[in-house]
Amino acid sequence: MINFSMSKQQQMVKKEVAKLVKDIVTENAHEMDENGEIPAESIEKAWGLGASVSSVPEECGGYGMDDSPIESAIVLESLAYGDMAFAIAATTPSLFISPIAKMGTEDQKMKYLPNYCGETFTPCTMAINEPRFGFDAVSLATTAEKKGGSYVINGEKCFVPMAGNAKHMLVAAACDGKNELFIVSTDNPGLTVGDREKTLGLYALEMNKVTLENCEVPAEDRLGGDEGCNYDLMLQRSRVAMAALAAGMVNASYDTAREYAKTREQFGEPIAHRQAVAFMLAEMAYEVDAIRLMAWKAASKLEAGKDAAREAYLAKMYAGEMTMKMCDYGVQILGGHGYIRDYPVERYYRNARAISNLEGIAIV
Amino acid sequence: MIDLEFSEKLEKVQASMRNLSKAMLRPIARKYDEAEHEYPKELDAFRGMPVMGGGKKKKDDGDKKKKKDKPKSDTGTNLSTVVTIEEMCWGDVGLLLSIPNAGLGNAAISAVATEEQMEKFGSKWAAMAITEPASGSDSGSISTTADLDGDEWVLNGEKIFVTCADRCDEVVVWATVDKEAGKAGIKSFIVEKGTPGFKLEHLEHKLGIRASDTGTFVLNNCRIPKENILGSAEVKQTEGFKGVMKTFDNTRPMVAAMANGVASAAVDFTREKLQEAGYDLDYQKNPNNLTSVEKEFYWMEAQLDAMRLLTWRAAWMADNNEFNNLEASMSKAKSGRYGTLITQKCVELLGPLGFSRDELAEKWMRDSKILDIFEGTGQIQHLIIARNILNLTRKELK
Repeated sequence: MINFSMSKQQQMVKKEVAKLVKDIVTENAHEMDENGEIPAESIEKAWGLGASVSSVPEECGGYGMDDSPIESAIVLESLAYGDMAFAIAATTPSLFISPIAKMGTEDQKMKYLPNYCGETFTPCTMAINEPRFGFDAVSLATTAEKKGGSYVINGEKCFVPMAGNAKHMLVAAACDGKNELFIVSTDNPGLTVGDREKTLGLYALEMNKVTLENCEVPAEDRLGGDEGCNYDLMLQRSRVAMAALAAGMVNASYDTAREYAKTREQFGEPIAHRQAVAFMLAEMAYEVDAIRLMAWKAASKLEAGKDAAREAYLAKMYAGEMTMKMCDYGVQILGGHGYIRDYPVERYYRNARAISNLEGIAIV
Repeated sequence: MIDLEFSEKLEKVQASMRNLSKAMLRPIARKYDEAEHEYPKELDAFRGMPVMGGGKKKKDDGDKKKKKDKPKSDTGTNLSTVVTIEEMCWGDVGLLLSIPNAGLGNAAISAVATEEQMEKFGSKWAAMAITEPASGSDSGSISTTADLDGDEWVLNGEKIFVTCADRCDEVVVWATVDKEAGKAGIKSFIVEKGTPGFKLEHLEHKLGIRASDTGTFVLNNCRIPKENILGSAEVKQTEGFKGVMKTFDNTRPMVAAMANGVASAAVDFTREKLQEAGYDLDYQKNPNNLTSVEKEFYWMEAQLDAMRLLTWRAAWMADNNEFNNLEASMSKAKSGRYGTLITQKCVELLGPLGFSRDELAEKWMRDSKILDIFEGTGQIQHLIIARNILNLTRKELK
């Protein structure tokens, strides 16, 4: 039933995350970006919110709450309002936890989840993106071949969040004409975590290349066992997650530009008094809402247990285009000042392309 | 709790409206595009159908801010109306605008009429006359006058772009009772057809929505009973015009819904043609690995979804007694503009089929353009949004 108002629970989640963001993210975002790292204590504080483990069964270390894609979207948007790199970093373990909790066998859940659902943040991740022109999350160049009781994985992955410190990751590979996820330990001799990526944006977030060379994993580490996993569902959830991140960051760009336009005076009055500027801000105002509503629409479908392939795809596509356009407006409204790294709008502009160009770097 | 899925009840409303539209409007869409100014007699079957949120509003609606924690349904008047309008406009927007007794004037009457007025005028077809040759977007500057003379108002002036001008029974005319008072002096009056001094001058020939008759009225010492004024005759600086403008918070999402309907017709037709040509639309592949036509099609779909969501939100807020002035303008700004772009894109993607009058795509491209113009142009919507978010007055942001 159509309802545009948040429940008490949803409001509470939003408020809680917003408070944390105000306290430890927004003001430090610039420094984190410049230094290329996020203080471990900030990550721990965000971990304390429990967002990544709330729907994990209690026996696996989680809270056993109902899985809510809408709440996930609210959390990610609120975090990304402070900083998108922080939002991805703080929820990176969910890239590993969430697919296992939802699609793993009982053995896989019991074996892997308790280690990562504890009270402290323990990095684990997922490798999807591949460093090639025309990369497509649904036609992977990385392959997994069954040999006896194992799978042998070969391929190149890139932009794997926090792979440098992760003990485990899910690796996406084409297997027998299907896309599958494999649980791989970073101790596996066939897996090499490469250099940290040098990126256009998200400086604060460590992402790495990962090479898989005849990487042999036991057959029981194929996610979902012999049945395999619902890779499309994972993609749908990550697409909604990325649209939600986009809403948060575009909102931050909009707020910065709006406040600037109200105080910046030229020709004797605030530049907000000019239609050329005011109309850009008006557009930003409704596009923030449109991006968010598209994410919520897809999340509503997922929450109802329906297939959201169409809605999730369109939400990410829409967010990809509009985030770039609106963050461009953000820089433009601040003019020369927008080009200086003292203001956050240039960071939003650099981060924006992550939404359209990457897949599966956030999920919850 | 956030939920953007329709209830079963709302889905049923949507499905039945689509069937109706498919059976009754789509088949005659081309006929009345070509027979401009001819009354679509098939529409008699719809007489009085409350498409514009008809029916008398409950007394306490809108005025009191009732805080309802949990909306009980999603089939409130405004949301079901925008869903209905979208489906009808999937059939044909020009015909929707021509549905008897469902004019904008009817919406205005049902919003503010007294019981006596409702009794007398509520069951007739009412058009709305606001625009004048020298007053378009600046509706506060209208110069049609209404002077009280005994028990009658005497109206003088010229009104243009009146929808359903020929077919309606009565017209809600905006006029000023006190030019000095500016906007506060603007009131609306019900003028019945046949009143001496009230003349339909001519009908326009338009780019689109040709099924809808648009005309010019001249009021020359036109005398109407004193009780034909809608709302109070008193000139108050604080209210007045704002009250009149408030109607737009309800009607703008409806016009947005019209744009959504025309756009959805264009999207559906494009999808049909793509599928006929063997394209497999699976919503999976990296958009950049698709053919140009597929990528553009997904763009159309994504924009349409965004338009719908903004429209539903504005309507839902009205149903839940939330002030939606900003969101109403957002929906109209987005749907008006992007509805136009979607129909243009549809024509482009269809190639020769798009340029042909054998198909309806070219018509949708002509029809949708008006939806970024009437009930406040896209630019006016942006002004309203900008003043709202920047907290600026009309003087500060012109």
